[in-house]
Amino acid sequence: MIEVLDAKIFLIAVTVLVGLGVFFGALLGFAAEYFTSEQDPVVEQIDQLLPQTQCGQCGFPGCQPYAQSIAEGDAINKCPPGGQTTINAIAKLLDITAIPLDQEHGEESARTIATIREDECIGCTKCIKACPVDAIVGAAKLMHTVIADECTGCDLCIDPCPVDCIDMIPVKADITEWYWPAPERTAEILAVPQLSGNQT
Amino acid sequence: MEEFAVILISSILINNYVLVQFLGLCPFMGVSNKLDSAIGMSAATTFVLTLTAMVSYVVNALILVPLGLDYLRTIAFILVIAAVVQFTKMFIEKTSPLLYRVLGVFLPLITTNCAVLGVALQNANKDLNFFQSSLYGFGAGAGFSLVLVLFSALRERLATADVPQPFQGAAIGMITAGLMSLAFMGFSGLV
Repeated sequence: MIEVLDAKIFLIAVTVLVGLGVFFGALLGFAAEYFTSEQDPVVEQIDQLLPQTQCGQCGFPGCQPYAQSIAEGDAINKCPPGGQTTINAIAKLLDITAIPLDQEHGEESARTIATIREDECIGCTKCIKACPVDAIVGAAKLMHTVIADECTGCDLCIDPCPVDCIDMIPVKADITEWYWPAPERTAEILAVPQLSGNQT
Repeated sequence: MEEFAVILISSILINNYVLVQFLGLCPFMGVSNKLDSAIGMSAATTFVLTLTAMVSYVVNALILVPLGLDYLRTIAFILVIAAVVQFTKMFIEKTSPLLYRVLGVFLPLITTNCAVLGVALQNANKDLNFFQSSLYGFGAGAGFSLVLVLFSALRERLATADVPQPFQGAAIGMITAGLMSLAFMGFSGLV
C-alpha cells in the first residue's frame, strides 16, 4: 500500500541538508579568508627571477626554497644557470649590490638541453626519477626520450644514467628563441654628464 | 575511569577498524610502503577521526535526531567529514607550516577514508554520548595508526626479502595483512 507522505517531511529534510551545506560552506569561506597563509611577496618575486631549472646547484632542492633562503638573507650568487643576469636582477629587486657568481656552485654556461641517444637507452627509468621537471618520458625496459620544450638543462639526469647515453646539447639561439636583451640600467646612464671647462 | 580504558582498548585492539572491521583499507595498503609517510598519515587520520567524531555527534544529536531525519545520517556525515578535513587543512597550513609540509598530501586523502565515515555512523547507531563518541573516534585513530605503522615496518622488511615471484608486490602485502588480521582476532573477548 502506498502511503501518502506529508510534504512537510521532505521540506524539513531538504532544508536541513541545505542548511548544513550553507553552514559548512560559510565556515570554510570564513576559514579561507582568515587562515590563508600569507606567502612572503618578496619570496615570490625572487622565485620569478630565478630560472626555474630546479637543478639544485645552489644546494637547495629547487628554485622556490632558494628564493625563500635569499629572502632570509642568503647570498644571491649561487645560481649558475641564471648567471650574472639573474644576480643583477635580484640585486636590483632587493636593492643590494650585485656580486659575481660563486664558482663553487658551478660555472655559467650556454643553455643546453638533454638529448637521449635512443638506440643506446636500456629503459632503466633512472633519469626519469632524477628529472626535477618531468621532462623525460618512457617506461621500464622501453626507450626514453626528452621533451625538449620542458627540459631546463639542469644536468641532473647525466649522473644516474648507467650507460651514459644522455648528451647535453647547446641550444642555438635562432629567430624564435633569441630576444633582445633588456638594457642594463647602469650607473653611467643615470649619472650627470661631466661638465667640461668651456661650459659656464 | 574504567569506562575510559574499556572504550580505548575495545576501539584500538578488539574492534580495530582496519584489521577486524576492514574499514579504511585503501590507505592501509596504499600509504604503507614507507614508515615515514605511514606515520604522517596516521597522525593526520587520528586528528581528523577525533574531530569528525565530535562534530558528527553534534550534528546527529542536535539536528538529525530531534527532527527525525536519521536516514540522512550518511549524507550529512559525508558533508561533515569533507568540511572538517578542508578546515583542518587550512588551520594547519596557517598555524604550523612544518606540520602542514609533513601531512600535506595525506590530508585531502582522508576524506575518502571509509573508516572516518564508519566511526561516525557506528557512534550514531550505538547511541553514545559526546564524551564516548570522541573517545571512540580517538581510539579508532590510534588503532589505525598502530596497525598502519606496524604494517609499513613489515613491508619495509618485505621489500628486501626473497619473495617467490608470484607473490611479489601487492600480493605479499595482502597475505601479510591477512595474517595480521588473524593475529588481531586473538584480542576478541578481551573485554
